[in-house]
Amino acid sequence: MSYTIEGNTGTWEIVVGLEVHAQVISKSKLFSGASTLFGGEPNSHVSLIDAGFPGMLPVINQACVEQAVRTGLGLKARINLESRFDRKNYFYADLPTGYQISQFEHPIIGTGVVQIELSDGSTRDIGITRLHLEQDAGKLMHDQDPKRSFVDLNRAGVALMEIVSEPDIRSPEEAGAYVRKLRQILRYLGTCDGNMEEGSMRADVNVSVRKSASEPFRTRCEIKNVNSIRFVMQAIEIEAARQIEIWESGGEVDQETRLFDPHKGETRSLRSKEDAHDYRYFPDPDLLPLVVEQAWVDELERGLPELPDDKRDRFIKQYGIPRYDASVLVAEQAIADYYEEVAKGRDARLAANWVTGDLFGALNRTGRSIQDSPISAQALGGMLDLMADKTINGKIAKEVFEDMLETGDSAADIVERKGLKQVTDTGAIDAAVADVLARNADKVEEYRGGKDRLFGFFVGQVMKAMAGKANPAIVNEALKKVL
Amino acid sequence: MLTDLTIAQAAEGLRKKEFSAVELTKAHTDAVEALNGRVNAYITVTPDKALEAAKKADSTLSAGEAPALTGIPLGIKDLFCTNGVRTTAASKIIGNFVPPYESTVTAKLLENGAIFLGKTNLDEFAMGSGNLTSAFGSVENPWHRKDDASVLVPGGSSGGSAAAVAAHMAMGATGTDTGGSIRQPAAYCGIVGLKPTYGRCSRWGTIAFASSLDQAGPMTRTVEDAAIMLTAMAGHDPKDSTCADVAVPDYRAACGRSLKGLRVGIPQEYDSPLMATEKGNDILAAWKKGAKILEEAGCEIIDVFLPHTRYALATYYIIAPAECSSNLARYDGVRFGKRAEGATSLDDLYEKTRHNGFGEEVRRRILMGTYVLSAGYYDAYYLKAQKVRTLIQRDFTQAFQKVDVLLTPTAPTAAFARDEKPEDPVQMYLNDIFTVPASMAGQPAMSVPVALDDKGLPLGLQLIGKHFDEETIIAVGSALEKAAGFTARPDLRAGVSA
Repeated sequence: MSYTIEGNTGTWEIVVGLEVHAQVISKSKLFSGASTLFGGEPNSHVSLIDAGFPGMLPVINQACVEQAVRTGLGLKARINLESRFDRKNYFYADLPTGYQISQFEHPIIGTGVVQIELSDGSTRDIGITRLHLEQDAGKLMHDQDPKRSFVDLNRAGVALMEIVSEPDIRSPEEAGAYVRKLRQILRYLGTCDGNMEEGSMRADVNVSVRKSASEPFRTRCEIKNVNSIRFVMQAIEIEAARQIEIWESGGEVDQETRLFDPHKGETRSLRSKEDAHDYRYFPDPDLLPLVVEQAWVDELERGLPELPDDKRDRFIKQYGIPRYDASVLVAEQAIADYYEEVAKGRDARLAANWVTGDLFGALNRTGRSIQDSPISAQALGGMLDLMADKTINGKIAKEVFEDMLETGDSAADIVERKGLKQVTDTGAIDAAVADVLARNADKVEEYRGGKDRLFGFFVGQVMKAMAGKANPAIVNEALKKVL
Repeated sequence: MLTDLTIAQAAEGLRKKEFSAVELTKAHTDAVEALNGRVNAYITVTPDKALEAAKKADSTLSAGEAPALTGIPLGIKDLFCTNGVRTTAASKIIGNFVPPYESTVTAKLLENGAIFLGKTNLDEFAMGSGNLTSAFGSVENPWHRKDDASVLVPGGSSGGSAAAVAAHMAMGATGTDTGGSIRQPAAYCGIVGLKPTYGRCSRWGTIAFASSLDQAGPMTRTVEDAAIMLTAMAGHDPKDSTCADVAVPDYRAACGRSLKGLRVGIPQEYDSPLMATEKGNDILAAWKKGAKILEEAGCEIIDVFLPHTRYALATYYIIAPAECSSNLARYDGVRFGKRAEGATSLDDLYEKTRHNGFGEEVRRRILMGTYVLSAGYYDAYYLKAQKVRTLIQRDFTQAFQKVDVLLTPTAPTAAFARDEKPEDPVQMYLNDIFTVPASMAGQPAMSVPVALDDKGLPLGLQLIGKHFDEETIIAVGSALEKAAGFTARPDLRAGVSA
């Protein structure tokens, strides 16, 4: 379903491309041995290289290269066996050397693709233009002193992957789905933690609008440093509306860099094309071209984890669960692992229902993640085993589940403690059936007169009489026989 | 006099206990004290540290097994960061920067037992050919023309190192060479200066001028001494990605090696009006003399062609400033060095700090470099220059298929007088015309003094070798040195005219 915006002069389509900056998970920085730990005392993770001292030289961190290549493989992208580092020159207080080491002309990763899923169940491929490695800058602190600004270089030199998409995105929803999917892949690979709140993932959003898909792209604006998926979606909507208004009033959209202000719900000009920096890129003479071996890339590929799309497809096939459930279950590696543990050797569809239904509900309620779920996968599996061997029925299971959530006890212990074992003794059930029918002679008459739906009433009464512990199949059978 | 000894002689004397390291060092600190006021070869002197180190050297020597340079007093170009000793790059902008680290090259020399007398003067950030741009004043060349008291420049940028070694204010010194900064001052001061292959010595801890060209090397009074120092300075350093992992031979062993059958190339392009030499001048005569010496030593003299030589200087003055404009961006007054007072904004802080902190020549090169990297000019200048650089490199590769070593003049003329400094900076840049091509191609090259001109000033010849074949230029250089019999010494030197 295509997304369009109705303007005064007709229908508009939006065109979006994203540049996502993802902080690489590594122990040390891209070109120095300083730690990448988040949240240290200001300037406590800074080497002389990061601080740009005279005579200091960068040395590439192999671990960061490995992470970039693994990410490239995860994005089904071309791995460039030879790439190069360039200097992007500009002056700013958070940039000690006066240049950022980045990859301009020859990135380590070339074209790739990310498949996104939309709410209507359709999928779309979003092209990846490139991924390159670059250094992060430091942080300015303006709130420490009334007159002065301070600089914290802890983040300076930390490795970032800039992942650039093709302008393939056509709606805010697609943009959101793209960032979510990208984050999911990076988290599966363990190459970026994807924490947008902490700034370890942020997006520059390029937006333009046009009258129809056959029209060439119009001038775009870049919205810098958007730090949540919700804001990415909002910013696109707001920026597209602004541009449409300009075009429709006979104006011209200027190519510029803008900022999104979520409080005011607007984008604001940061700098125009005329004020754009001339970064004077040139190959960094301190670094040799980065050369990686195909054999090494192959080895990394063999070591990749199963990625979300493959895992989803396997879940559908192996466990016979619906695509939607499979997508939900592979959203995070830990959830998928949890599910597989529960489903192993059990009714996989039932397992999926319990995980996506009751368990997710409980986690949401208590604000917990799957990692600190009060019910372990083994425990939930234990409960499903009690259902499978008919020790408990579905109704009792709900009660047992709530108890497990609260006490952390095993399902078997709870059943034992509370005496919830299902009654399969036909004698006891027959007696209860006879009693219920005797007490409801009028309803029996009505049922026999054709009021079929009263059957459920009788089942309910029998279950009630047996405190919910009767095996529902036996109750049904006994009722049918007598009625 | 102890200050007259070569490194090789002093090392032997120390081992034979003819004198102590303390005596040797004291002789040099005294010479520095006596002469530096005039020569200004040192920006910073560290006599107390030197004598302290000399005492340790003496005990190492007594214990035996002392490394080659134990107790040898050296000057260190003030571009090498030295732990706990002020390092200035001869610029105001670094102010009183005292590095908390030791450059790889100087650390290797210290491990080898060397004693540092102080930090030698240079052109600001190594940008210059006359040691006229130092924020700490010019250096006086210890040589003077016959019957002429004019103060001559020592060459640059390693002019302080060259003057110190020539005036016996150090037994040897470190230099750095980007386009000729070791070789040209060596020629002007009548000493030996060796620029190794790019990647032979680590650049870590050396203040950068142009990263793809900068290379450290020794400046000494003999080829043998240069070989001894280079053996200590060279070698792989994982902290410098451009430093090659190539084994370091004992370069001294190459001295005196037979030259029989060695092919020596004479680049024809180096004898032309374009190269700023005049027909019939002394440097051309010295060049011919050099070729003759080598022929007599059993070498085959072959004419070779380096057709892109004429573009080397122009190319150099695009690439080196481009790199320097970026390398010097870090001097912003924020983390170290001198910060301008009264700035009203961040941009104002940068502008004031950098305008006041950098000298005119450095500012000129930063501006040139910024220009050639700018959008719209990059392709026409920087990219074109890189392509020409590749052609220059190919010239050398092709020449070295026919010959083992090249022989050229080091500089078009002998040292010029301070007040003859050309007004046009381009005229000044022509001093590097013979040295720049080898720098562009990363070849090792060495200047060896061979003669005096008609005014009594030293002239040097340059030997250019194949990549990582410093041994051949050392072998040829030592033969040239021996046959030329260059024994002249400057009138201004330790113990003579203090």
